[in-house]
Amino acid sequence: MVQEGDAATMKDQTAIAGIGYTPYYKRGQSLPQTETEMACKAILAALADAGLTVHDLDGFTIYSSSIDPATVGSILGVPEVRFAATLTSGGGGTAGSLGLAAAAIVSGQAEVCVTVMTLQQAARRLGGTQVDGGGSGGGGGGGSPYGSGRVPQGFVMAAGSGLLSPGHSFALLTQRHMKLYGTKREHLAEVAISQRENAIKRPTALRREPLTLDDYFNARMLSDPLCLFDYTMESDGAVAAIVTSAQRARDLRQPPVYIMGSANGGAGRWGSAIFSYFQMPDEYFASSGHRTVAKRMFDMAGVGPQDVDVALLYDHFSPLVIMQLEDYGFCGIGEGGPFVAEGNIRFDGGTIAVNTHGGHLSEAYIIGMTHVREAVEQLRGVAVNQVQGAEIALVTGGPAGLPVSGTLLRR
Amino acid sequence: MTQLRRGVFPARLTDPMADERTQPFWDAALAGRLSIARCDACGTFVFPAEPFCFTCQGDAFTYTDLPGTGTIYTFTVVRHPLAPQLADVVPYVSGVVELDGTQGAGCRVIANIVDVDPETVQIGDRVRIRFDRITDTYAVPRFVPDAG
Repeated sequence: MVQEGDAATMKDQTAIAGIGYTPYYKRGQSLPQTETEMACKAILAALADAGLTVHDLDGFTIYSSSIDPATVGSILGVPEVRFAATLTSGGGGTAGSLGLAAAAIVSGQAEVCVTVMTLQQAARRLGGTQVDGGGSGGGGGGGSPYGSGRVPQGFVMAAGSGLLSPGHSFALLTQRHMKLYGTKREHLAEVAISQRENAIKRPTALRREPLTLDDYFNARMLSDPLCLFDYTMESDGAVAAIVTSAQRARDLRQPPVYIMGSANGGAGRWGSAIFSYFQMPDEYFASSGHRTVAKRMFDMAGVGPQDVDVALLYDHFSPLVIMQLEDYGFCGIGEGGPFVAEGNIRFDGGTIAVNTHGGHLSEAYIIGMTHVREAVEQLRGVAVNQVQGAEIALVTGGPAGLPVSGTLLRR
Repeated sequence: MTQLRRGVFPARLTDPMADERTQPFWDAALAGRLSIARCDACGTFVFPAEPFCFTCQGDAFTYTDLPGTGTIYTFTVVRHPLAPQLADVVPYVSGVVELDGTQGAGCRVIANIVDVDPETVQIGDRVRIRFDRITDTYAVPRFVPDAG
């Protein structure tokens, strides 16, 4: 029996009704398609999955400025765009953009919203440097917060420091986490290896060769304490999700995946955190920045971490999976390393299955949207690595500059 | 272009592109001094300088000299050269230094930490700031071990 939820919040009032995607490609292999073309393919596939057409679509709820709704609206011939908004910053908005869709629908501004990410790293590479290419910053968003023609002094400091890429930034958080809590490289390895085990069974995964502890420790160190296997891969592709009202979703082609709770943001002084800031208060410097978001999300949904059956945690770097396990309450703060070492995140025999699709580390990196796809497949009961009886899934976006986000989905 | 040296990340800027609010830091740097904006109302150090104090939202600041010593708060050893010319520079150590005489958060400095052994450098190591002059308008802050 479906509960309509508390009218005062968005809880359970909307649902993901469709999911669509292109193939996942190694970096540059999606040419000669364009990013917009791939986005359109994913959107059309998601609408078809839901049993809808372009004539039903009226909202764009995106993150990281993934597409231009004006362009896509005109290419696809959307009859009327009633809502077009993006969460600010970058990949931190992945999960939260589903909440943005829910907000638009519950408030009556739109009926059928699409969240989409498309990525082609042939010409632009997200791992690049800030000062050479104007590149990595928040992940994709446009515009300096300091206005045109001005260079943030944080960027000037970064340019002189040798801290150039996201990997360097996250190495700094990881080193501090290791110092404070005794987290070890073996713990990071367990994240990489457990996700690879999941990817091996999944035909869509780009990295399916077995990964052993020896392989991990023999890999190149890129930025201590991170080695090659702690980094996401670079890849191309597009994934889209269609959100509509719970009532309408129940009449569509697929079983609804309800949005139980969603939150974005974070502590103000998390700020841009990484890349050039590093001025976060000591109490949460070595974290994923998700703690306040996790609390609001669970409060809205009325459940806790013990109720989550599968966690799709944004994994651009393996240690950030450990920090999110802590910040979402699957274990205590500082206990994430031993928690994964005990096998808790394994699909086989763990207590909370994590990144059952292989994640960014082993399946593909489409800036978080592969995690949304996997959550939907898990809750429809059709996942490759299906968690038996999965009822509630957690999806996160970030860790990155504000906003980061988390969304709870249920069948 | 100066000679590349292993462990020393080459400064690529020739000017700090500062404005009225942030220029005093760079003027002091060229004179070999560390000077940071401090909130007149509550004493919070804010770096880089911003229009408001994050503690009390005060908008008046006075640049205040600091001893330039501090501790390594966190660091990374960069081993993979992100650009071809950095092949002769890696491995180099970069990190976050918490400055003595400040409240910590809000006044950490990110910089290249030079003259240290990348295999033994640790969080908590004592360091001292050094300003290396690149041009007549820009001296890059780096840290070196502090003998005490």
